[in-house]
Amino acid sequence: MTTANVYQQRPDSGAKAESSLHQANLAGLIGKGRKNPGVRVREKKLLGHLTLRGDANDPAFAAGVNKALGLELPVALSLVAKDETSLQWMGPDEWLLIVPGGQEFAVEQALRAALAGLHISVVNVSGGQQLLELSGPKVREVLMKSTSYDVHPDNFPVGKAVGTVFAKSQLVIRHTAEDTWELLIRRSFSDYWWLWLQDAAAEYGLNVEA
Amino acid sequence: MSQTHRLPNGGRVDRSKVLTFTFNGQQYKGYEGDSLAAALLANGVDVIGRSFKYSRPRGIYAAGAEEPNAVLQIGATEATQIPNVRATQQALYQGLVATSTNGWPNVNNDVMGILGKVGGKLMPPGFYYKTFMYPQSFWMTYEKYIRKAAGLGRSPTQNDPDTYDYMNHHCDVLIVGAGPAGLAAALAAARSGARVIVADEQEEFGGSLLDSRESLDGKPAMEWVGKVIAELKELPSVTLLPRATVNGYHDHNFLTIHERLTDHLGDRAPIGQVRQRIHRVRAKRVVLATGACERPLVYGNNDVPGNMLAGAVSTYVRRYGVAPGKKMVLSTNNDHAYRVALDWLDAGQQVVAVADARSNPRGALVEAARAKGIRILTSSAVIETRGSKHVTGARVAAIDLKSLSVASPGEWLECDLVATSGGYSPVVHLASHLGGKPTWREDILGFVPGEAPQKRVCVGGINGVYGLGDSLADGFEGGVRAASEAGFKAVEGVLPKALNQLQEATLALFHVPHEKGTARAPKQFVDLQNDVTAAAIELATREGFESVEHVKRYTALGFGTDQGKLGNVNGLAIAARSLNVTIPQMGTTMFRPNYTPVTFGAVAGRHCGHIFEPVRYTALQAWHVKQGAEFEDVGQWKRPWYFPRNGEDLHAAVKRECQAVRDSVGILDASTLGKIDIQGPDAREFLNRIYTNAWTKLDVGKARYGLMCKEDGMVFDDGVTACLADNHFVMTTTTGGAARVLQWLEIYQQTEWPELKVYFTSVTDHYATMTLSGPNSRKLLSEVTDIDLDREAFPFMTWKEGLVGGVPARVFRISFTGELSYEVNIQADYAMGVLEKIVEAGKQYNLTPYGTETMHVLRAEKGFIIVGQDTDGSMTPDDLNMGWCVGRTKPFSWLGWRGMNREDCVRDQRKQLVGLKPVDPKQWLPEGAQLVFDPKQAIPMTMVGHVTSSYAHNSLGYSFAMGVVKGGLKRIGERVFSPQADGSVIEAEIVSSVFFDPKGDRQNI
Amino acid sequence: MLHIFCPHCGELRSEEEFHASGQAHIPRPLDPGACTDAEWGDYMFFRDNPRGLHHELWNHVAGCRQFFNATRNTVTYEILETYLIGTKPQFTEQAAPLITTATREQGEKV
Repeated sequence: MTTANVYQQRPDSGAKAESSLHQANLAGLIGKGRKNPGVRVREKKLLGHLTLRGDANDPAFAAGVNKALGLELPVALSLVAKDETSLQWMGPDEWLLIVPGGQEFAVEQALRAALAGLHISVVNVSGGQQLLELSGPKVREVLMKSTSYDVHPDNFPVGKAVGTVFAKSQLVIRHTAEDTWELLIRRSFSDYWWLWLQDAAAEYGLNVEA
Repeated sequence: MSQTHRLPNGGRVDRSKVLTFTFNGQQYKGYEGDSLAAALLANGVDVIGRSFKYSRPRGIYAAGAEEPNAVLQIGATEATQIPNVRATQQALYQGLVATSTNGWPNVNNDVMGILGKVGGKLMPPGFYYKTFMYPQSFWMTYEKYIRKAAGLGRSPTQNDPDTYDYMNHHCDVLIVGAGPAGLAAALAAARSGARVIVADEQEEFGGSLLDSRESLDGKPAMEWVGKVIAELKELPSVTLLPRATVNGYHDHNFLTIHERLTDHLGDRAPIGQVRQRIHRVRAKRVVLATGACERPLVYGNNDVPGNMLAGAVSTYVRRYGVAPGKKMVLSTNNDHAYRVALDWLDAGQQVVAVADARSNPRGALVEAARAKGIRILTSSAVIETRGSKHVTGARVAAIDLKSLSVASPGEWLECDLVATSGGYSPVVHLASHLGGKPTWREDILGFVPGEAPQKRVCVGGINGVYGLGDSLADGFEGGVRAASEAGFKAVEGVLPKALNQLQEATLALFHVPHEKGTARAPKQFVDLQNDVTAAAIELATREGFESVEHVKRYTALGFGTDQGKLGNVNGLAIAARSLNVTIPQMGTTMFRPNYTPVTFGAVAGRHCGHIFEPVRYTALQAWHVKQGAEFEDVGQWKRPWYFPRNGEDLHAAVKRECQAVRDSVGILDASTLGKIDIQGPDAREFLNRIYTNAWTKLDVGKARYGLMCKEDGMVFDDGVTACLADNHFVMTTTTGGAARVLQWLEIYQQTEWPELKVYFTSVTDHYATMTLSGPNSRKLLSEVTDIDLDREAFPFMTWKEGLVGGVPARVFRISFTGELSYEVNIQADYAMGVLEKIVEAGKQYNLTPYGTETMHVLRAEKGFIIVGQDTDGSMTPDDLNMGWCVGRTKPFSWLGWRGMNREDCVRDQRKQLVGLKPVDPKQWLPEGAQLVFDPKQAIPMTMVGHVTSSYAHNSLGYSFAMGVVKGGLKRIGERVFSPQADGSVIEAEIVSSVFFDPKGDRQNI
Repeated sequence: MLHIFCPHCGELRSEEEFHASGQAHIPRPLDPGACTDAEWGDYMFFRDNPRGLHHELWNHVAGCRQFFNATRNTVTYEILETYLIGTKPQFTEQAAPLITTATREQGEKV
């Protein structure tokens, strides 16, 4: 009996790949804009995204995750990271694992092997979402314009990650360094987010980084 | 002459900065620091507008948010028009253009004024209702002119060029009002380290201290304000918001603040700057330091320009260096108003007399006035004034308070300014927005906030604490309390010393009597903005309105943008007296957000234009655009509707697209369909419970169509679900139903059947889906894939994995068109490359992109339903002739089974989905058209169903439709009729809903 | 806008992150087939409309996507508690009388 159907979804190198913001041509905007912008944006695209589900109260689950990833299961609203791999709490039985692009198939197999026999789910969602990294002194103001969630560092320290309402839709905000934040955006909404961020950051200056 | 009423010195204006502005076409000059109202008064402008109902000339009456008359239209260009701006709250800027809101054709020559003058008594409350009620059909005509003449401002007809936005905040303590109490509270809270926001509606902080005679520590009070602001600015956890009106107090300490960032700078915001901003604040504690608002006495002709709130006179003199007249009569019932007489004297103007309703006032300010030789008439009041466009005199007479009557004929005093003070009303609006009932305090003759569940502290004037020293202490203590309740350590502070002067009590006088009685006296206005008189309130009570809320609605007291700031207490007092009850028995009306008007721009914020709302695109959007697609909104998605070529219209394009699919092969972007990954040992059981049909025997590698019903047995979504592995399925949903279905699965898993081990994850965005459909789809796909497409190896309703265009894909052989079809699912990042390869290979097969319209036509030819189009939440599977999709023997009582077995769901003569074929093949049945069996019956006809889908242009060559008809499945071959609005009748035959390829051979060629 | 404590996320969030899903504690009959039409109708359609404490089902749609229950005072809008599916409320109408100051005479919006 096979418990799940897992296949390599990413083609060998050479296939044409387009991030969800491909049409916005962010690459063409690099180096343009103000000298000291309040906000800098960087696409973290084509990474491997896996949604992991399981029972957080089951020690075998946490142990299996640790065995496969070398990461402790993060507790509510937090994010743990090692090198280019991060694991984020999304809900009481849900985590988001982000790995370098191309590793998701191997990582999923490793997870499934380590968690064999447990009721879990691993789903490759790499094509459906990506990270936008925002950095700079005015990022917090842009976030305040966009979400009713309290982004003050007292409430939203580095290492915290929350799903919330942003403008008129929903996304996940991750605080990764003092002036650096990441937005986890869904592919189909990417165009909206990009338009929104340009508008909200206009008064502070918005530059695109490589 | 310029600025005739400007005092030679004084005020907080910058006389070195002269600003020009226009009012009603006339150019004037003012100074930086002026409010528009101050600048108008400085130029001696009397008539500022016409009143709402009687169209009487009105002048500036107050100096703040409570201004009832000077509600103006601002804007130098059409695009920058803003209606309903209070001149008292608008800072003057170079080039400001203002016009009167009321007054047609103009303020000095007003059509409605004639009606008002002649017809004072012709216009009682309810006048418009009573007069224009019949005939009803005329109301629209009347209304047009009434609205024009009454005038409530107008919105711009061009797009606002400025930017507006929102800012969300969270704070420990939000302080509303930066007068003495608010600033003291701010100091206390801020020093504790709490996150503090201080918002004040005025141009600068200080509140009542901006025009106060009083000193703190022996120095002008504003020096202390400056020191406080300097200290607060140094603290990183403090946000100071001047020009920011806290407009709404909402649930759980959520408050909205309307900040006018650049309204004081010009007609347009400077480039790159936001004009207005709504701050949405969640506060652990709120300190309400909104102060108190002076209320006028109600007397005859109290609306003639030149009548003014006493405190406003002080504001204009001391803050703006403007004297709105030369000879003043002050009518008061309290000590505090005497400062106005002193300020007036200091400004070198003449105080003709002070009429004090009290018999023997001896307070410190009274004595100071006496010492300066001011004539004080005790037990007296201004009974009425005279003058048409400006006050020329006031009649002061003795009044008897017991009988509330005039005790002497009195004397007419020549004057050009009547200042009036009837006491002070705490500004309880925000404290009442959530329903907290204000309570009456007889000692201060005002309503103060009542008990409320909100986590708030009220300090200073809103509490009826009026003395400066007391107010500071109350504020500081409130600030300490708020901060410590929010979890911060209390701090100590030394407050500046205020002079403690003897102040006597205010006398309970609201409505000044007149010999002629209220009904015959010159109009005594209670609510100047809504033109409500004392007589109108008495009339309302005589007509039987006893509840304060009814009196309010009948008379319009405190309506709209006014929210009863000046007139509320006076109106209640008059109604209470008229009904012979006390004011607390009468109670007060509720105040509602917003405290003052908010522009639509600010309400919209950034949610306008191209970012009005999210638009979702698939990974193939750019290609659709390149193909010239017209798009259709499906939920938030943009989907290609059709792909016109060479100027084709919708019908021509759809006909061509349909034919291409039937003849060769078409391609559809199906990425928007909801896709849900389902994993877990109980996945299959869960599907059994959530779908109407059975899933126990679906093998790995196979797919099945399923219907979902709500518990009531009505169809609410459908789609194909495939078994990927024993414990692994992928479900597709309708485009619009994706989020709803996922929630539906979650609610049952989380709340009803948590014991079922199954997880759901949306993969809608992860996969891009391209549907190849048509007899040549196999040939085409075979050129770009390594999957064995042989009809035996890859049968209908199965799926395979393999490379398509060199990219790993999951391909489903399912069909919504009736043709041989393959749905190719690719990780979305790689979909465009795959599409390009398919298109290249498809050239030889005339591969034709088709949109949602063609998809709808082709599926309808096959009789396939679209949930939401052919269903409306009232149709069971049997109604849709889809009983084959109902697992009647499934052991678990799945969702919908019990509901669809209710008596009403199994009766005869339910409306059933059938095909409809117009007898004349050229006629098209409009979607939604009602159906009858007998078109000759009398109206209203007995309707037996309606058309749900209808297509004139298709691959069949004749018009056809789907619809529901009572008992329709047993009426195949019978006729129905659809009477049209133009009187014609379309006759149609009831047929099977499968019009094309009824045996289903084509999907398996 | 309400401020709601999500028992899964462990903090207060704005109402806009949530979706209200009606009255809580309405279990699906274990054997719907055994229900009369009247009983089934009760389950399907009839809900309490109390003036006071109300137990409600909420979903933290923009956050952790989890359902939970809340006890809310329908007069003051205070939320007395939020609690996990499958657990019982601490506050019930009998245990906690109305703590409200608002009264029936409140007016309507203008």
